[in-house]
Amino acid sequence: MTARILLAHGGGGRLTQELVRELFVPAFSNPALAALSDAALPGALPPGRLAFTTDAFVVEPPVFPGGDLGYLSVCGTVNDLAVSGANPLWLSWAVILEEGLEVELLRTFVAGAARAAAEAGVQIVAGDTKVVPRGKADGAFVVTAGVGVVPPGADLGDHRVAPGDAVLASGAIGEHGATVMACRHGLGGEALRSDCAPLGSLATALRDSGVEVHAMHDPTRGGVATTCHEVASRSGTRIVLEQEAVPVRPPVAAVCDLLGLDPLYVACEGRLLAWVRGDQAERALEALRAHPQGAGAACIGRVEARIAGQAPVVLRTPYGSLRVLDLLAGAELPRIC
Amino acid sequence: MRPDRFGDPAAVRALVGRIGRLAEGLPRRVTFMEVCGTHTHAIAAAGLRRLLPSRVRLIAGPGCPVCVTPVGYVDRAEALARRPDVIVTTFGDLVRVPSSHGSLERCRAEGADVRVVYSPRDALAIAREHPRRTVVFLGVGFETTTPTVAAALAEAEASGVPNFRVLAGHKVMPPPMRALARDPAVQVDGFLLPGHVSVIVGARAFEFVSSELSRAAVVVGFAPTDVLQGVEALVRQAVEGRAEVENLYTRVVTPEGNLAARAVVDRFFEPADAVWRGLGLIPGSGLALRGAFAHRDAGLVEVEVCEPVEPRGCRCGDVLKGVIDPPECPLFGTVCTPAAPVGACMVSNEGSCAAWFRHGA
Repeated sequence: MTARILLAHGGGGRLTQELVRELFVPAFSNPALAALSDAALPGALPPGRLAFTTDAFVVEPPVFPGGDLGYLSVCGTVNDLAVSGANPLWLSWAVILEEGLEVELLRTFVAGAARAAAEAGVQIVAGDTKVVPRGKADGAFVVTAGVGVVPPGADLGDHRVAPGDAVLASGAIGEHGATVMACRHGLGGEALRSDCAPLGSLATALRDSGVEVHAMHDPTRGGVATTCHEVASRSGTRIVLEQEAVPVRPPVAAVCDLLGLDPLYVACEGRLLAWVRGDQAERALEALRAHPQGAGAACIGRVEARIAGQAPVVLRTPYGSLRVLDLLAGAELPRIC
Repeated sequence: MRPDRFGDPAAVRALVGRIGRLAEGLPRRVTFMEVCGTHTHAIAAAGLRRLLPSRVRLIAGPGCPVCVTPVGYVDRAEALARRPDVIVTTFGDLVRVPSSHGSLERCRAEGADVRVVYSPRDALAIAREHPRRTVVFLGVGFETTTPTVAAALAEAEASGVPNFRVLAGHKVMPPPMRALARDPAVQVDGFLLPGHVSVIVGARAFEFVSSELSRAAVVVGFAPTDVLQGVEALVRQAVEGRAEVENLYTRVVTPEGNLAARAVVDRFFEPADAVWRGLGLIPGSGLALRGAFAHRDAGLVEVEVCEPVEPRGCRCGDVLKGVIDPPECPLFGTVCTPAAPVGACMVSNEGSCAAWFRHGA
């Protein structure tokens, strides 16, 4: 194989076949993909409701402590299925490559995607490759879609969130966003590592614990504050977060402080937020903490009834005052001092 | 998110208690102004206003560099960015500041080359990468920011990067403080002095607040206990009828400041009159590039700029002077929100209106 991606790798001819046979098929190894038919026929769905999602991935830098574009692209879609209460099953993996990309880097993404799929227990059964001329894309963009099945009887969603619910976080927040931003600005330190991980088994552990789980989310873009906003808006409730209870590791706090960002708005890629019946919060925390990915779980807030005119999400500071957590107006921007 | 020792809840409670007891001895309601955007943000983020007794009012002054940048400056930056041979580099929050007819953000979407950087040195690196284009850095900010711009200019001079220029919009704090203290519409009993600015200029630079303006002032840091200690000192001065300048941020602020930083600023910049959004022209309140560095001055690059159009109904000026609280502006929260800012005070995190909108009073 050439050292760099050529336009011909996306042409559908011999080089495309080489890429598929030498890189994708062995890494993602499963019979449905290996058949290389126009559509994958992975088998019959287990009983339950179908869950289907898609997500596009662009990350700078494409390789970061704790993951890479490929690993992230599988985790993102698996997690969207998992927090919807579904058992993730099959994914597609499509990639748009910029001419001149080092094949070695693509190999890293493919290996990352394969590793995430193995960890999540899903199969990548379909894929596509396009190559665009140099300058028309930035390295590599990945698009994944995934299907899963919500077991019969399960019903998870923001419509079930009600006053009295506890809001749980499965671990320290802001780790992915802070790590990536630190890399971009040359602030890297060994203490920073993306939390990027598939959440399927953690979500299952919580669902199977017997606790009444009302909703789950993975706080990606926009972070915990934005996710809470969405939940509060959709359920017509008010969410009160306790600043002191929100787990933020010191290196993440330091990077955010330096870059003028609030950790509550910084992306996580391997954290679960769960809304559970208030009086079962302790049991839910035990279930989360018993799982290796939930060791740092904490109850970070409560759901209350919202009176007209009240802000949907507020943060109680350690001084007892309440601070409104609003939606970000646009992209989080560095500020002038 | 546990606060560090400077935000220790027990210490905060103790300070709030002490301020409450001291405030009982106040002859009337007192108003203190913070003139640093980072203070505005810190006060809002910790909800400190709501912890203070009703006789102590904190108001935000013109301390957010983005907010006081006049429309005409953004118009010029836009005009520069529209030239194909120019790359405009800027700190992030300036890209969303409304200009007469748009913003740098919209200008970028239309094809202009506008890049957000964290440091003027990043802009210098871009200039090295693009030797055939002029790289303009938007020099906005107070005494804290200017040395970093001056240092980038020094590096450009020393290492021969001819295509790096600065659009100087730098401002200094003492002249607007004088103007505010003398404005009969503004009632200020004391100032919380800008901690970061003081690191550069030194606490002594603010002696005029007591000697000339007969107002109390304290240099303070940005943690909740820092700010509250400052408020406590100002209340005590008010109770005792004193007007002195105290430095409570001695862990980083010295009387004379950072001499190296002051020297590099002095090498490249000289005092000039400057327009402040909402406050108008204030003599000696800006910094212009010295004549010897005209080849670095992006203000001398010829572009067509129309007469600036100020947003109608916007009361940023009164907000910046502390004459009104943001919700008293007719546009606040209706036509002017962080998502669609009309006035500059709604753009930056540090802007009074944005802080008020996001965090409540």
